[in-house]
Amino acid sequence: MAANPAPTATRTGHALELRGVSRTYGTTHALRSVDLDAAWGRVLVLFGHNGAGKSTLLRVASALVKPTAGSVTTAGFDADKDAGRVRAATGYVGHGTLLYDDLTPEENLRFYARLYGVPRPEERTGEVLRDVGAERWAQRRVRGLSNGMQKRVAIARALLHRPALLLLDEPDSGLDVQGQAFVEAVVRAVAGGGGAVVFSAHDPAQGLALADDFAVLRGGRIAAAGETASASPDEIAALLSAPPLSSSEGAA
Amino acid sequence: MRETLRAALTIYAKDVRLELRTRETLFSVLAFAFVVAFIFTFAFEPSPQLIASIGPGIVWVAYIFTAVLGMNRTFLLEHERGTLDGLRLAPVPREALYLGKLLSVITLLVTVEALMLPAFLVLYDLSLFNVWFIAVALAATVGIAAVGTLFSAIAVHTRAREVLLPMLFLPVALPLLIGAVTGAREALDGEGWGGVGGWLQLIVAFDVVFLVLSSLVFEYVLEE
Repeated sequence: MAANPAPTATRTGHALELRGVSRTYGTTHALRSVDLDAAWGRVLVLFGHNGAGKSTLLRVASALVKPTAGSVTTAGFDADKDAGRVRAATGYVGHGTLLYDDLTPEENLRFYARLYGVPRPEERTGEVLRDVGAERWAQRRVRGLSNGMQKRVAIARALLHRPALLLLDEPDSGLDVQGQAFVEAVVRAVAGGGGAVVFSAHDPAQGLALADDFAVLRGGRIAAAGETASASPDEIAALLSAPPLSSSEGAA
Repeated sequence: MRETLRAALTIYAKDVRLELRTRETLFSVLAFAFVVAFIFTFAFEPSPQLIASIGPGIVWVAYIFTAVLGMNRTFLLEHERGTLDGLRLAPVPREALYLGKLLSVITLLVTVEALMLPAFLVLYDLSLFNVWFIAVALAATVGIAAVGTLFSAIAVHTRAREVLLPMLFLPVALPLLIGAVTGAREALDGEGWGGVGGWLQLIVAFDVVFLVLSSLVFEYVLEE
């Protein structure tokens, strides 16, 4: 798995630093004064029920969404003032694949490689397609591929520019055992190469097994955080089902 | 600047490839343009004198309706496919996203306008193969695309996106449309630069203002 971090990323400090980050959508508070760090060479898992703020946090970290308050530093770059560098240093896989259904995986990846200014885009596309095991169906249109195949290509898209920080929003959803093993391999390869990974998950056992650090989000707030070695799946499950942090929780 | 141009051309090439493969926008927009042009033939008896006076108006009504329909799909398709985030995630200047989409819209509109020329000839005996008319049409198309691409990106974030684009676009583009219709009439009346020049200058000024303005504000338009 070729997952060398982007050479432009600043490798000092944390891979991701959120300080007092809030984000509202109209009257809905998706994130409330969140402080969170993700370290280089480590994997951070975000737990939380639907609407807890996991997706918003990942979108804020990737500079897709600006926070309403607080500061975000991704790979050493201020996400507000230096959004271009944050985007170049970050690979993001959300709920959608971000792929064009009427193009083939190869065409999709070549398009994104050129858009990201990746040197020798054809060569790099072939390399990433091989890495994710998508060579055999690289010439088929995306709309004809299974969910698992599409997910592999979506992850390949996120790895094209060798991001230093990989952000994955529920990467296991809809994947079979083989697909889940593939995602785990990608996560370990990126973190093992000195990069960092932040991903969201619903299953405490799976998330804790893969990650080094965890954070539990409830109602847009960090309810707990620490090293996975010090937490058990039952404790995480108990945290997720605990009473609200405050009377305003649950508005998100 | 080179990076902006490279990224814009990459987006443009992708859009052209997708359109050539699916033809979903071109065919629907072209069919709509033909229907609009065809319906007017039932509204009056097209005599040469009448066509000379209202022909340019019919042409531009067909072009404008078609443009609104086509431009609506520019960002809507990206939104529906879920690929808009893919563009927004790219580490390229936001102007590049605007410029790439602008080139795609101009190509679509010019293609439809060109394919409609024979239809106007057949339906109304109206020959639009006139250098000054073509100059006015091209300049106006750039302005229409400049405003339409911006408003299409604004509208895509709203629930009433299909309605919002014409509501925003038509009032703002009014000076351009007046210039386009009047310039076209002067051109088809056989006037040269003396008759068309002033209108062409107005259209080009509109183009420049909105190209610059749209590029500057596009970053904020794309934000969630």
